[in-house]
This record gives sequence, structure tokens and C-alpha cells, in this order.
Amino acid sequence: MNSITLSNSIRFILLLLVQVIICNNIDFLGFINPYIYILFIFLFPIRENRMVLLFTSFLLGILIDIFSDSGGVHAAAAVSLAYIRPVLLKSSFGMLYEHQSVKFRNTELGSLITYLILGTLSHHLILFSLEIFNISRILLILKKTLFSSIFTIILSLIIIILFSRNKK
Amino acid sequence: MQQIINFVIRNKTFLLFLLLFSIALALTIQSHSYHRSKFINSANALSGGVYGTVNSIDKYLDLEKENKVLAEENKRLREQLLNNSNASRTAGIDTIFSEKKYRITIAEIFKNSYSRTNNYLTINKGAKDSIKQDFGVITSKGIIGIIDNTSDNYATVLSILNKKSRINAKLKSSDHKGSLTWNGNSPYITQLEDISTFAPVKVGDTIETGGESAIFPKGIGIGTIESFETDISGDTYTLQVKLFNDMTNIRTIYIIEHLDKNEIINLESSLDE
Repeated sequence: MNSITLSNSIRFILLLLVQVIICNNIDFLGFINPYIYILFIFLFPIRENRMVLLFTSFLLGILIDIFSDSGGVHAAAAVSLAYIRPVLLKSSFGMLYEHQSVKFRNTELGSLITYLILGTLSHHLILFSLEIFNISRILLILKKTLFSSIFTIILSLIIIILFSRNKK
Repeated sequence: MQQIINFVIRNKTFLLFLLLFSIALALTIQSHSYHRSKFINSANALSGGVYGTVNSIDKYLDLEKENKVLAEENKRLREQLLNNSNASRTAGIDTIFSEKKYRITIAEIFKNSYSRTNNYLTINKGAKDSIKQDFGVITSKGIIGIIDNTSDNYATVLSILNKKSRINAKLKSSDHKGSLTWNGNSPYITQLEDISTFAPVKVGDTIETGGESAIFPKGIGIGTIESFETDISGDTYTLQVKLFNDMTNIRTIYIIEHLDKNEIINLESSLDE
């Protein structure tokens, strides 16, 4: 097992545990929870096979679903995010992505934030639409998407800056 | 044939995405019907074990509060016993033939949830403790929900804070009945629908279980009336009920098994034929 596989497996398990033990119980203001497990999908190595990413995202999503009794909503949202990831990468990193040379350790903070915002918003929108599953409550869906996204983005940024960026 | 294979190979990522997404979507749709998938729920050894470990650390922090709740319940039960002592003197001498209608099991909540639109709880008793689907779940203050899925050692509870939950309830002051539902907004407030406008409804009155279904016994507390309004049809009230339980803060629960349940269900199903 090489070091990339190992570090991603550890990240997978750690994010799963942190999500179900801590983040699912925050309930800030009664309904706002961060969903930081999507960091796994964001930080998955770009050169690895996309099929592998789709599979592992599905697995991560379904495990979160099992822990939080939510049917298949996390799996659906995680798979969608994994599928649209190349589009997000292209629109936020531009040329760097086309040359296959994005490294999350030393990219510009601005592009990284754009990438996180776009990905988190689309993931949360799919997640809450499926969870609430009722078009007449679209305001509730948008409200939950917006507030949870803000929480997730801030937490994800803090985690990325603390753990993986090069110190200059 | 060659072209089909080429097509599959060229679009393999998209096809895989489509496959996984439809599996997830199917599970989601299934989870919106009343009794959910047997596979995707937290009553299994993996999630039950993780929640159990966390809970065993966590519960030390709550011991003092738990003690207070238990002492208070003891006091209330003791008062009932003393005030009732003459009536119940004969009961309990011959327990084999006494008319025991309910069996109660104590359990602990491993996972609580109240911020979503469909909430489930995970508890630490399961099929090994003869817990089955559709048993009622209460605390010393009032009702919590109904057992949904069970595994060997764990079970999930369909909380009253769930859009699928409908529980038979009535006013304590009169016998007008309705169904208790939840609109998904506040974890402290549920709605009681279909109460006739002839009922003497007053803000502050108590709501309790109606005892019409074979799940909960009659007269278990639910909450008090916070406000009420007439429906569009003008014939019925919808009451906002403030729950006795703080659903965000519960740990020890009682599971109620109605021992005559099968008899009642058989009787009622024979009527339908």
C-alpha cells in the first residue's frame, strides 16, 4: 500500500468518525450542522482514477447515512459532488488544472476558497433537497443550504490551513 | 456490438455515476415511506458499537442530572403508591394470575436527533431483549416515539419529531381525539390535528395519549396547549402542543410492550374482512 492510498484511507475513517460523533451533534441554533466529510472528496488526489473517487464517495456517503438514519441522501449528494468535481476544479483553478499540476498544498488561497464554496453549495443543495423532499418547502431548503454551507466552508478552510498547507 | 462496447467504455464514468446515484436515490425514496429499508439504519453492530463507546464516556457528565430526574420520579411514584395503598393491597400477592397488560423495559439513548425533518433515535436494547417493531417509547415525563427497526442489540426509534409519525392523542379534560403530527419547525412544539370545534379547548390544557392504538396505554402525558387555530374547513382545530419532554435532552427511556396487542390487532383485522 503506497502512501497516497494510506493517507486517504486514514482521512476517510477520521472524517467519518468526526462527522458522526461530533459534527452531527452540533445543532447550532437548532438546525445548523457542518458536513465536513466532503473534505475527503475535495482533497482526493487529482491524478487518481475518477471511478475510484466515485466509488469511495458513495461508500463514505452510505456510511454516513447508516449512522444518521437518513436513507440515501448523503450517498446521492456525495456521488454528485464527486462527479462534478472536474468542472469545479476547472472553473476555480483554470490553467493549473488543465496542466494537471494542482497541488492543494501550495495553491492560491483565493482559488481554493472558490473551489470550496462552489462544491459545498452544490453538495448541500442536493443533500437538503433530497432530505426534505418537498418542493413547497423550498425556502427551508435554501435556508438550511445557506447556513450549513457557511459553517462547512469555514470549518473546512480552518482544517485545510491547520493540517495540510505548507508553512511559509 | 463493437459500437455499444465502445460507448460503454467511453462513458464509463458517467454510467457508474448514474448507477450509484440511482441506488442512492432509490434508498432515499424508500426511506420516505413509513417502514424503512432494513439495511440503511443505525440499528447495526457497527454504528451501534461506535455510538455505545461514545455514550459510555459521555454519560458520566450527566450523572447528576440523571439522579435528579430519577429522584423526582421516585417521589411521584411513592406519592401515588401511598395515596393508593388500599386499592392495590390485594394486587401482587399472586403475580401469575394478575392482569398484567404492559411490560416495561429500560433503555438508554445512544444517538439523539432533532434538527432534521425526519428524526430517528438509536437505543441500546434490541431483539435480544424482546424489543419488536411498533412498541411505544416514553420517558418519565411523556412520549418519545415508536420502535422502528431492531437488530440483535440495538433498535431505532421513530421520534415524534418525524413527518411520518402520527400518534393518537386526546385532550385530558374531555375525550376529543386527534392525531399528533410534526411540521418540522421547532423541536419543542408539535401539532395536534383534527380536534372537533365542539371541544372545550383552552390554552394551557394538557394533552395525553388516547389509547386507541395498541401502542401506547391511555393517559401518558404529551404536552400542554400553546395556541390553537381553526382549520380552513372551519370544523376542526389544529393545536400547537408544547411538549413536556425536552426532546433535545433525554437519556433514559422506557419501552412499553402491550401484551394484548396481537389479540387486539387480530380482532380488528377480522372486522375488515
